[in-house]
Amino acid sequence: MKRYVYINDDESAHDLYCDNRISNRKYTVLNFIPKNLWEQFSRFMNQYFLLIACLQLWSLITPVNPASTWGPLIFIFAVSATKEAWDDYHRYLSDKKANEKEVWVVRNGIKKLIQAQDIHVGNIVWLRENDEVPCDLVLIGSSDPQGLCYIETAAMDGETDLKTRVIPSACMGIDVELLHKIKGVIECPTPNKDIRRFDANMRLFPPFIDNDICPLTIKNTVLQSCYLRNTEWACGVAVYTGNETKLGMSRGIPEPKLTAMDAMIDKLTGAIFVFQIVVVMVLGIAGNVWKDTEAKKQWYVLYPDKGPWYELLIIPLRFELLCSIMIPISIKVSLDLVKGLYAKFIDWDHRMVDLETSTPSNATNTAISEDLGQVEYILTDKTGTLTENKMIFRRCCISGIFYGNENGDALKDVELLHAVSSGSPDVVQFLTIMAICNTVIPTQSKTGDILYKAQSQDEDALVQAAAHLHMVFFNKSGNILEVKFNSSVLQYEVLETLEFTSDRKRMSLVLRDCQNGKILLLSKGADEAILPYARTGQQTRNFVEAVEQYAHLGLRTLCLAWRELREDEYREWSLMFREANSTLVDREWRVAEVCQRIEHNLEVLGVTAIEDRLQDGVPETIETLRKAGINFWMLTGDKQNTAIQIALSCNFISPEPKGQLLSIDGKTEDEVRRSLERVLLTMRITTSEPKDVAFVIDGWALDFALNHYRKAFTELAILSRTAICCRVTPSQKAQLVQILKSCDYRTLAIGDGGNDVRMIQQADIGVGISGREGLQAARAADYSIGKFRFLKRLILVHGRYSYNRTAFLSQYSFYKSLLICFIQIFFSFISGVSGTSLFNSVSLMAYNVFYTSVPVLVSVLDKDLSEETVIQHPQILFYCQAGRLLNPSTFAGWFGRSLFHAVVVFLISIHAYAYDKSEMEEVSMVALSGCIWLQAFVVAMETNSFTILQHLAIWGNLAGFYAINWIFSALPASGMYTIMFRLCRQPSYWISIFLMTAAGMSPILAIKYFRYTYRPSKINTLQQAERLGGPILSLGTIEPQPRPLIEKDVSTLSITQPKNRNPVYEPLLSDSPNATRRSSGTPFDFFQSQSRSSLPNYSRNCKDN
Amino acid sequence: MSSSGAAGAGSTDSTAARRNTKRPKYSKFTQQELPACKPILTPRAVISAFLLVSVVFVPVGVASLLASRKVVEIVYRYDSKCIPKNVTNKVAYIQSSADKACSITLNVTKHMKSPVYIYYQLDNFYQNHRRYVKSRSDEQLRKRGEENETSTCKPEDMVNGRAIVPCGLIAWSLFNDTYSFSVNKRNLTVNKKGISWKSDRNHKFGKDVFPKNFQNSSIIGGAHLNESIPLREQEDLIVWMRTAALPTFRKLYGKIEEDLKEGELVNVTLNNNYNTYSFNGKKKLVLSTTTWLGGKNDFLGIAYLTVGGLCFFLALAFTIVYFVKPRQLGDPSYLSWNRNPGGH
Repeated sequence: MKRYVYINDDESAHDLYCDNRISNRKYTVLNFIPKNLWEQFSRFMNQYFLLIACLQLWSLITPVNPASTWGPLIFIFAVSATKEAWDDYHRYLSDKKANEKEVWVVRNGIKKLIQAQDIHVGNIVWLRENDEVPCDLVLIGSSDPQGLCYIETAAMDGETDLKTRVIPSACMGIDVELLHKIKGVIECPTPNKDIRRFDANMRLFPPFIDNDICPLTIKNTVLQSCYLRNTEWACGVAVYTGNETKLGMSRGIPEPKLTAMDAMIDKLTGAIFVFQIVVVMVLGIAGNVWKDTEAKKQWYVLYPDKGPWYELLIIPLRFELLCSIMIPISIKVSLDLVKGLYAKFIDWDHRMVDLETSTPSNATNTAISEDLGQVEYILTDKTGTLTENKMIFRRCCISGIFYGNENGDALKDVELLHAVSSGSPDVVQFLTIMAICNTVIPTQSKTGDILYKAQSQDEDALVQAAAHLHMVFFNKSGNILEVKFNSSVLQYEVLETLEFTSDRKRMSLVLRDCQNGKILLLSKGADEAILPYARTGQQTRNFVEAVEQYAHLGLRTLCLAWRELREDEYREWSLMFREANSTLVDREWRVAEVCQRIEHNLEVLGVTAIEDRLQDGVPETIETLRKAGINFWMLTGDKQNTAIQIALSCNFISPEPKGQLLSIDGKTEDEVRRSLERVLLTMRITTSEPKDVAFVIDGWALDFALNHYRKAFTELAILSRTAICCRVTPSQKAQLVQILKSCDYRTLAIGDGGNDVRMIQQADIGVGISGREGLQAARAADYSIGKFRFLKRLILVHGRYSYNRTAFLSQYSFYKSLLICFIQIFFSFISGVSGTSLFNSVSLMAYNVFYTSVPVLVSVLDKDLSEETVIQHPQILFYCQAGRLLNPSTFAGWFGRSLFHAVVVFLISIHAYAYDKSEMEEVSMVALSGCIWLQAFVVAMETNSFTILQHLAIWGNLAGFYAINWIFSALPASGMYTIMFRLCRQPSYWISIFLMTAAGMSPILAIKYFRYTYRPSKINTLQQAERLGGPILSLGTIEPQPRPLIEKDVSTLSITQPKNRNPVYEPLLSDSPNATRRSSGTPFDFFQSQSRSSLPNYSRNCKDN
Repeated sequence: MSSSGAAGAGSTDSTAARRNTKRPKYSKFTQQELPACKPILTPRAVISAFLLVSVVFVPVGVASLLASRKVVEIVYRYDSKCIPKNVTNKVAYIQSSADKACSITLNVTKHMKSPVYIYYQLDNFYQNHRRYVKSRSDEQLRKRGEENETSTCKPEDMVNGRAIVPCGLIAWSLFNDTYSFSVNKRNLTVNKKGISWKSDRNHKFGKDVFPKNFQNSSIIGGAHLNESIPLREQEDLIVWMRTAALPTFRKLYGKIEEDLKEGELVNVTLNNNYNTYSFNGKKKLVLSTTTWLGGKNDFLGIAYLTVGGLCFFLALAFTIVYFVKPRQLGDPSYLSWNRNPGGH
């Protein structure tokens, strides 16, 4: 399917395609109530409660007042509907803001300011500098004479560097005025979500050009949500609008997330439901049989001979209602409440506040905290998530002299400052290269400060550093660069720019020094791309050493070099360069070859070292979480080498010989397949070895793997604890999450940029770093934190506690409702199986609402282990991951406990209150008191740490029970008038209650004590160790030595660094995947030592060693 | 969550807004740092808890058992004895209008101190049946004006279009056997005042509510009521209307306010009117004294002794195990984390 876009055609396209109105709303005003109700009722529990509530309206069968179910039901529904409405209203507001933004659009040949939502396909949209692109455009004009414009795509793919886009050749050179009148047709694919491909054609109508078809690629487009930078203006034709833009298509509706725990609770609820149905059927049949045999003889019951046709159903339905409390409606309310509180604890946590920006952590999604404790895979972005995304010039080595080694900051090195002020020629030349050998554009702000617009963070760091050392690059006009050094202005004229490619790994400038007319070649690049081309005779050993030393420190190194060109040499080369630049076939290769002809015989000046600082605490966080049994995957849009480098420095992968990194790549499908199989084979063999095996794959290979070898890749994913995926697109990130999820793993995705949004939404838990790249990820995420290291606390402390607390709370909720339900069932056997409720409506309602929910709600304060112990022994998270605290077998324990307690309470109350005491209300209150006492002791026994609030809630609740009942007993109108006073005066009441408590609790205490002492779980052991004090200290000895705190100074990192790392020079522009993907090279074992001494001549095969 | 759409739109200003957010308030609660006591189950604590329970429970059990034993109780089942031998159809007999007087003799085996309570005990009588237990109208019983509040009383709500007071199955099936007692030809006075709960008399049954249209329907259930006495003074009805939770129950009939001496023979003349024959229910006459724990009931004493004994046994067992096979709590050797990292 194709779409034909007629440029600047005001009529035809209007109806064909949607306008540019963005809508993320789920509801409209009209459909809100039905749709929301429908959604809520798609949950089984809600359907169940509705059914029960409706049945209760039938007074013939209801044992209790219908309000006891309707009240909570309506409350629950109202709360979640309000929340949905609120969210949707905010989505509406933000849509509206985007839709009503004003943009310049050509209408009827005239530029007009209209709202963004009125853009139609085919309209010409004009953008000024720093405008946000309102829809997907095909460029047709730009202020740049070469037809270039720069855009920032951070919102889309998270890459912060500027990218160049170019107008199609067909539109080159069209006058600005004529652009208003341009007509033509663009043939493009139907809307899709691929942000790296746009295969289209354009044909302009006469008089602009003859009927040649001009091919378009993604380089000719600017996509929605990008920003136009460093370009005065640009204009383009809208091709995709509204929700059909590439961004809109890749957005996808986030599904509501359900925690594993919720799923388990639902499952258990289902089991209880089945049990309930069985009970109801058995009792219903028994009831009908009893009615037909016995009840007919019981004259005082006065059963009519013939009942209505539905007579057979009455007793089963009565039992259904009687047993309906088996599934406690309070569980939903209490779970929502405690989940809200878990989220609040995260918001409140002072230890998760980013002090730099004073950003507190925030739980947007309040419903999934338990899942944090069950995470098995963490998929993390790199830039901005693991690193600070802040490049800083740290050290340098100029002509063999190291600067910045003492204090870790060359800018503060006295010797360097001294060398600068004394004007040492090498240093000055070094600074010159730092300042101008780049594509940075300086701009002057209103206050006179110089701001640099750099396409790469490295260049920015270098220029900033140079400016700090009094070499201020302050103006670039056309080809003239102006540099201020010690108050003298130096001018250079750029003659040629030898651009960076990932194969060349260096860039050079040819320029003329306007002071003396000399022609200079300035180069900077990776060491292996510069050092081999040093002037014959120059000793490069110094520099090799420097590079190695810096690499060990985890710094990114660049070598700077220069040479003077003779006039004729330049002339001759310049011709070849021009020629190569205009070739049509293999241009990139030809240009590279020509460049190499001049980039030799270089005078190497020195090495710079730039730090892309890891965030504080990243390595420890990863190590701790990995000890907790969590697997890490790194998904980055970055290049392979950079990714590996960062992975090494943050403990992500271990260096040889402990670790091994396998690479999956290949240019063709077949190569990818072979590579994948090989890696899989290795992986299978090495799973038994205690070796950290990881694999690395790039986006290109991943594409094949995901589309054609999904099964093999899935197996690999399961086998591998660590993986690095480079150059992956946002949708591939989401697909990877999907693969892990399909294997039933709990995934957590963490990222900071717009490119992580899909992954974050797809994963079970999305965590956003509210960082430098805006708040996109943080807003889409379930949790937003300020720094990566908070993840440790988020998972180990908040996630784990949430899981434990919910596990207790949910099972306890079932326990207490089963308890009272079993008593009702037992009672039905002595009440002629007629469905009489032993307890009155007030008691039943208050039992769920007050007596039993208050104590359990304070279990949100319970801590089985202290935070320190958990952090020290992260392995304990295993109990949560494996779901050891809430599963059918633990649930069976609680089920048995409630059955046992029901037997105890029932037998004791009917025997102690037999004969003359067997008054209905009294027996009912005795049994109820027994339940309340038992449940108070059960909560007390299951509580690990008692704060004042717990004591208040547990024992205060017990007192509250009596208070409430005394109040009811004081009301003459109530059925229980005087009952409680009467009971409290009887010794036999208290004796019975203590008997129930002792008989109910002592077996449980005995079993718990036995297990605790003789079959302790690891949690128990740690509890004992923690509270008895002494042994906890010696625990350290059996653990691997606690890591020394990594000091801020990077130098300590060197311990863990491998010997030979590739210093990687980050390319300036990330081009289409095809252009750069070769940089990742062929299969290689990363740690296999690469011989540095061999000097590969430049050829396109140089990486295919 | 899905607001990525409007994307960059509000990104800058909301960034600014976010920067302004202050640090959350600090309190021990919000930081989950409330001081807490964290008890653990040490052998000492657990064993002493069990010992304590047994030490408390055994004496209480002995005391309850003694109290129960102190109660003197005479139980006499008369439902079959009070049917003439020649009657084959017991139900027809009981429903007939024949004179159903019957005389029985109770032997006082032990001195019974005043007051001696007279109970009648019914077995297999389901006062807790759902149809039965709900068939009453408390409003009607309490207030004269509410006498038409009979909707809950079905099927004994109206007769000939007029409301029955008191309505419902419970009142309708009021027990109607009567007893009179004599010792050595001397009649014993049975005090029938104050056998019902005072609260019921004062608040649940109106002093101006008189029986109306009672037992006027085609089927007659139990006792008739004197229409000139207000419900508040019909104590047999008030006692009967306190429904029993169990199918075997005793209801207070009256009190004999003098001692019965050992060896005395009590002659009871009773009118055997109440039909328990159609459902094979037993009828028993009970004379009983009472103690602080109530009537004769060994259950609590035995249960206390059992639980106390069990706890003692557990304490003993745990102590033995503790000495024979001591375990160090928090032994780090249990803490090996050598599980398979990936597997579950």
